[in-house]
Amino acid sequence: MPTSGSREVAVVAFAQTQHVRRLDDSNEVEMVMPVLHEVKASLGVEQRDIDFTCSGSTDYLAGAAFSFVQALDAVGAWPPIAESHVEADGAWALYEAWVKIQTGQADTALVYAYGKSSPGSLRDVLSRQLDPYHQAPLWPDSIALAALQARACLDAGVTTVDEMAGIAARSRRAAAANPFALLRSSEEPDVLLKEPELASPLRKHDCPPITDGAAAIVLAAGDRARELVERPAWIDGIDHRTDAHSIGVRDLTVSDSTRIAGEKAGVGSRPVDVAELHAPFTHQEVVLRRALGLGDGVDVNPSGGALAANPMMAAGLVRIGEAAQRVMRGEAQRAVAHATSGPCLQQNLVCVLEGGT
Amino acid sequence: MSTSEVLSAPLVLEYPFRRTVGVVQGAFLTGLRDGKVLGIRTTDGRVLCPPVEYDPATGDELTELVEVGTGGVVTTWSWEPEPRAHQPLDRPFAWALIRLDGADTTMLHAVDAGSPEAMATGMRVRVRWADERSGSITDIACFEPESADTDPTPPAPLEHPTDEPVKLIETPARLEYRFTAGQATTRFLHGITEKRILGERCGVCGKVYVPPRGSCPTDGVATSEQVELPARGIVTTFCVVNLQFYGQAMEVPYVCATVLLDGADIGLFGLVQEIPFDQVRMGMRVEAVWVDDEELGPTMTNIKWWKPTGEPDAPYESFREHV
Repeated sequence: MPTSGSREVAVVAFAQTQHVRRLDDSNEVEMVMPVLHEVKASLGVEQRDIDFTCSGSTDYLAGAAFSFVQALDAVGAWPPIAESHVEADGAWALYEAWVKIQTGQADTALVYAYGKSSPGSLRDVLSRQLDPYHQAPLWPDSIALAALQARACLDAGVTTVDEMAGIAARSRRAAAANPFALLRSSEEPDVLLKEPELASPLRKHDCPPITDGAAAIVLAAGDRARELVERPAWIDGIDHRTDAHSIGVRDLTVSDSTRIAGEKAGVGSRPVDVAELHAPFTHQEVVLRRALGLGDGVDVNPSGGALAANPMMAAGLVRIGEAAQRVMRGEAQRAVAHATSGPCLQQNLVCVLEGGT
Repeated sequence: MSTSEVLSAPLVLEYPFRRTVGVVQGAFLTGLRDGKVLGIRTTDGRVLCPPVEYDPATGDELTELVEVGTGGVVTTWSWEPEPRAHQPLDRPFAWALIRLDGADTTMLHAVDAGSPEAMATGMRVRVRWADERSGSITDIACFEPESADTDPTPPAPLEHPTDEPVKLIETPARLEYRFTAGQATTRFLHGITEKRILGERCGVCGKVYVPPRGSCPTDGVATSEQVELPARGIVTTFCVVNLQFYGQAMEVPYVCATVLLDGADIGLFGLVQEIPFDQVRMGMRVEAVWVDDEELGPTMTNIKWWKPTGEPDAPYESFREHV
């Protein structure tokens, strides 16, 4: 019996785009379609074999109203399919699909997510998600808010600028082995620290690249998963929590929502081999490792993480896909994936994946 | 198709929202307009500022508004070297979380410190009021470092004093984008610039889509073949518009119709003219009326409207699948 839910559910396939800084030659449908084809073809299934389809995206990124409806053109949604959408990272679409399978109304689910961050000014666009009375009228941008959290972490001794530069260098060097990532190399940390501050205390290396990209995952229950692949990545635990909306009432040096989600998902019940943490800013990896109680033996973000490629609304789903792939390939027995949404790690999802037949 | 050939265009979205502020935010914003800052007391005695309607820790409904100080302490800060449009100051400034005297939580705002060297966690700052105040967080122009040498400047009197509480705020937002048409739409727009209508056919079901978006929504595959379509077809359905829309220069009544081009499987939207509105019929055959050649561009407005060809009407059976 899994830690979360009563039905066994596994990730059985994952695909992602080659993430890029600016995808000028394709609209969103053209960007998403190859990934959907690839993830289904890898299992030899077609859309009619999928019981439930769920996507994550936000129209604000590219400024195209109801773009998630147009994106269904890439799915093949006729005759009408059972379908849903979340205005959030695709990791939350995966959660909805997992719940749907738990109810017994579906045995298979296609989850996809996409984000073209390049058409707009991302720092301004993201300010529109803030409190409309106290914060949004000031247009604080996403990097400024992350910088407030970074300073709080530095002041509290949670991290150091040396550790942050080390995280940046380690992540982007790890991405050299990830052909889908955007930033795949780094200078030494001491060289990075000679760069001027971008938004004190953050330097450019502490921030994620603006990224266009998409990803897709197929979930399957029990024996259906065993039919589809030799070694499914079973979802042992999954949970998501949110902190208070206003960053002014939170302790920014900790992430209670991540800690609780991790406890509910059973992160600490057995050793963890690999963790894919959705930490767009370097200091956030430290906050997340602490919240999840991950020790030095855990391989964190071998894909390079969001510091190497951060397609908005897809980067969290990519973390689940990357973790699941390592389990499916037998490189890891137990992996933790994490996704975040909102400013300063406001909302967090934790998913524990395990190998086994 | 290379990146340089794909069409893109500027796109501006504006959200002219007016928000009802409610009792608690209304009191807070009315306070700012009147030159004071209000927080709200929780059941366990903490003071939250800015105030919220419900205690984030317990969910208790909160009602006890209390005035807090206009000076306070910076709990964390970051530096904004290149201020962006709409932000509180147009010269480099600090973003800060500020715990006002008497409050237990912090407010986000700007500090006009001059340089990052003048900023420090734990430093004291005070409100600098905006010259004109209307009931908005921007009634606080920014914060400034507290100084022993100068007294704070009191809020300027309102030009039009009022006892009316703030009930609504305007929160306009403007976002600018560069919209990419994508490959299929680019092919279509290049075609229409030459008065050619290019649809695209699905290799699975054979249907022809126009304008094409590069995919077949039925089969979820990329369309595989370009098909040049004639600029004539039939009216499958229509409506008579009797209402003058904002920004619409058309004289009412006029007719909007769906026109199914010969050889296409999806209708185009357009106007029907050169026939009295009450004589337009389903099944009527029409052809495109183009703008003058020198006005042609990559836009659907190249087709001014559709006019009757005079051919016999198409029987309903021939287009009922498309109604």
